[in-house]
Amino acid sequence: MPQAAEVFKNKQSVILELWMKNQLSDIGLRDDLMSNEDLRVQSEELVDVLVSNLTEANLNDPQSMDFEPVLEILAGISVSRAKQGFSPRETGAFVFSLKEALFEVLQNELQNDVATLYEQTLKISRLVDNFSTVTFETFIRGREEVILRQTDEIAEISTPVIRVWDGILALPIIGTLDSARTQVVMESLLQEIVETSSSIAILDISGVPAVDSLVAQHLIKAVSATRLMGAECIISGIRPEIAQTIVHLGIDLSNIVTKASLASALKFAFNTMRLEVRKKAGVSAEK
Amino acid sequence: MTILPLAKDILKVYKEQDVVLLRNRVKERAVKIKMGLVNQTKLITAASELVRNMLRYGGGGEVVVEVITRGRDNGVRLVFKDQGPGIPDIKKAMADGFSTGRSLGLGLPGTKRLVNEFDLKSEVGKGTTVTIIKWANG
Repeated sequence: MPQAAEVFKNKQSVILELWMKNQLSDIGLRDDLMSNEDLRVQSEELVDVLVSNLTEANLNDPQSMDFEPVLEILAGISVSRAKQGFSPRETGAFVFSLKEALFEVLQNELQNDVATLYEQTLKISRLVDNFSTVTFETFIRGREEVILRQTDEIAEISTPVIRVWDGILALPIIGTLDSARTQVVMESLLQEIVETSSSIAILDISGVPAVDSLVAQHLIKAVSATRLMGAECIISGIRPEIAQTIVHLGIDLSNIVTKASLASALKFAFNTMRLEVRKKAGVSAEK
Repeated sequence: MTILPLAKDILKVYKEQDVVLLRNRVKERAVKIKMGLVNQTKLITAASELVRNMLRYGGGGEVVVEVITRGRDNGVRLVFKDQGPGIPDIKKAMADGFSTGRSLGLGLPGTKRLVNEFDLKSEVGKGTTVTIIKWANG
């Protein structure tokens, strides 16, 4: 009785030809993204590795370690195809069309033994389904990496410390203030205080969507740390609805200087530093 | 008067990033029923508090966002459900300034003050369910 693994080893070239025929006759063929020669090289590589690693024993076990090289190649294909602009569905279809070629070969070999054919077909189907899932997983993992990198970048660029005046720093916070963000904010703020020997820092929270108790706690920490450095910290940009929410939550910010807008915070800072901003007297001298 | 649910969403929250999604969904619903800006902010802050608790102490869970109606009132009902360790002493957890996690200890009592209806059920070892309702003009 010929077994599937054995059959495939003998018919490796037939499988490839069938698979290529299936792929090329598919209306979804993307010859605009990949030349037929490249497709053939890719397919040949996969068939080769699959057939050489397939044995009677591991046919039942899609999780077997023997398939490591196959999975590796699949992951590689998935990544390179994603870069070329294939949709995950197209990459999935690429693997699924292999299944059809395998079935066809198996069918020709085992036409007289329907029971075995059925059993082997099920196993192959399970195996190839698993392979196809791998391509999806790789695709998603690739996307997740991009998202994580962007998250990091956003955290980096969204905390600029601006020197608004000699001795006055402003730090507009935009987005949710979580523990990780607070750490970045605090680090860059304290560093900037040292570098510019500023005595006043303004934290502007106009861009923070919601101030809950955790955000408030982070703000209080930032203020305490700034004070330890010998600078005064003003929190500005408290909108009316946020003020009401803070009161209802029961957060006590009375020890902190808070202002409604950045402008009034700046005014307060000028006052503290005994600076005066005045309109020039008489007709404007400058032209 | 009976409360009737109109629209229902179920969101799973297991990481910090999911919080933003939830907040946006809650806001969307609140805007749809013409909730005022102050009440909107209160509701979103309450949701933010509870979802943080759920992530921190309950290991994440499920949030049901519902638009509800009671006679002429429209509102948003949020149900936070986790399978975490539960709260052994609810009375203590509802007191201002009590925290097992070195926070301000205002999350639960503060949330109660921000919403119209607040219900907390917890079973040690099984999990916690918090239900809040905020009426559009409540």
